[in-house]
Amino acid sequence: MNPIFNQGRSPAHRLILVLCCSMALIFFDHRMSSFETVRGYLQTMVSPLQYVANAPKQIMNWASTNIVTRRQLMQENQNFRENELFFHEQVMQLSIVRQENARLRSLLASPVSNEIKKMFAEILSVDGDPYSHQVVINRGTNDGVYEGQPVLDEKGIVGQILHVGVSSSRVILISDISHAIPVRIQRNGLRLIASGSGQIDRLVHNFVPHSADIKTGDLLVTSGLGGKYPEGYPVSRVVMVRSDESREFSIVYSEPVAQIDRLRYVLLLSEEHAISSASLKKNIDSLKKSTAAGKP
Amino acid sequence: MFSNNGFIILLTLLIALMASITPLPLSFDAFRPDWILIVLVYWCLALPSKVNIITAWVMGLILDILLGSVLGVHACAMALSIYITVVNFQKIRNFSVWQQALIIGVLSAQYHLVVFWLQRFLSDVVFLPSYLYPVFTSIILWPWVFLLLRRVRRHFRIK
Repeated sequence: MNPIFNQGRSPAHRLILVLCCSMALIFFDHRMSSFETVRGYLQTMVSPLQYVANAPKQIMNWASTNIVTRRQLMQENQNFRENELFFHEQVMQLSIVRQENARLRSLLASPVSNEIKKMFAEILSVDGDPYSHQVVINRGTNDGVYEGQPVLDEKGIVGQILHVGVSSSRVILISDISHAIPVRIQRNGLRLIASGSGQIDRLVHNFVPHSADIKTGDLLVTSGLGGKYPEGYPVSRVVMVRSDESREFSIVYSEPVAQIDRLRYVLLLSEEHAISSASLKKNIDSLKKSTAAGKP
Repeated sequence: MFSNNGFIILLTLLIALMASITPLPLSFDAFRPDWILIVLVYWCLALPSKVNIITAWVMGLILDILLGSVLGVHACAMALSIYITVVNFQKIRNFSVWQQALIIGVLSAQYHLVVFWLQRFLSDVVFLPSYLYPVFTSIILWPWVFLLLRRVRRHFRIK
């Protein structure tokens, strides 16, 4: 038999208690950067939930990739072969151009850009929260993912790693309102900042002077200036330039070239030295293990 | 909370959590109903001695972690909505299902507005009418969830 009058604290007391807790959490999470590690642990704790929630989609994907006719597969194979030939031809060209570029750079005594390592990842889930544009991928610290790592799809830059868990991590997309990325116009090298607008198909460029040479259709690529994103990857294409002289700056919008709303697989980039230190550590660990095992 | 088949409550809440993070096509995503809020409101009306504001806050916090929003935002909004339910549960219980659905609409709207205000306070998001679409789906969903959960409660004799 349940008592009619609830024992324990009254709802108002409970409410005040939890509101104080919430305010404290919001303050710590928003203001203190040291809270990131806590976020990492929490991300690890909830990742089973994300894997389970993703299961129906996985099953559908599995079904759609497995239930195909022989004819479709043959057709696909044919396409892949043709593409491979095409890409091989480009790679041949590219290696020559790369050598030439390195030679020219050494002539100019400018630093040769590092090799970039790539890692493949799959999207686990996309947030239902309309205020932030984030996705979760199935790689974590186990795979050497680190915070701030750039993420891209086959078309262009998607975003960067925000929180890292053990087996999953969270990617903030370039269209998120709190994200900005340094870019330059491919045509003339003019530098801009592309800030997210909270809408999936729009980036905003603030503080563009009226005299800037920018046109609709210009491709914006990463400038590599912030140190987060490597140079030269496509980011967005300018869709609107309005220069209203009564305003201080012209209004410039661009649309991401990556298919942010249709992501399935992404690539994680990492600079050579970052991954080499990680692999070095792994090597040392394995060496230690083997020596420990070797001892009687 | 776990006596008398109380773990079923936890199970329904877990399923609600799943439902609120399963990937959906972008066009349906704006209409995703507030599963957790609906399930919490049902249990608050049915068993206010078991599910209370603290439960709501914890669920909101888990939602915060899952959605990657600033910790405490959804928790705070969820606790406020459930507080209103808990304070008025005697009245809401006696309404018909459709009247309850309208109240769910108000609670859901309040939940989304609190989340929006907090987000607005933290970062400069702008209000889009699409943020309130879940209110309509939640209203439509309530009668079905209500009937389902009532059947679950009676079948497992959760007290």
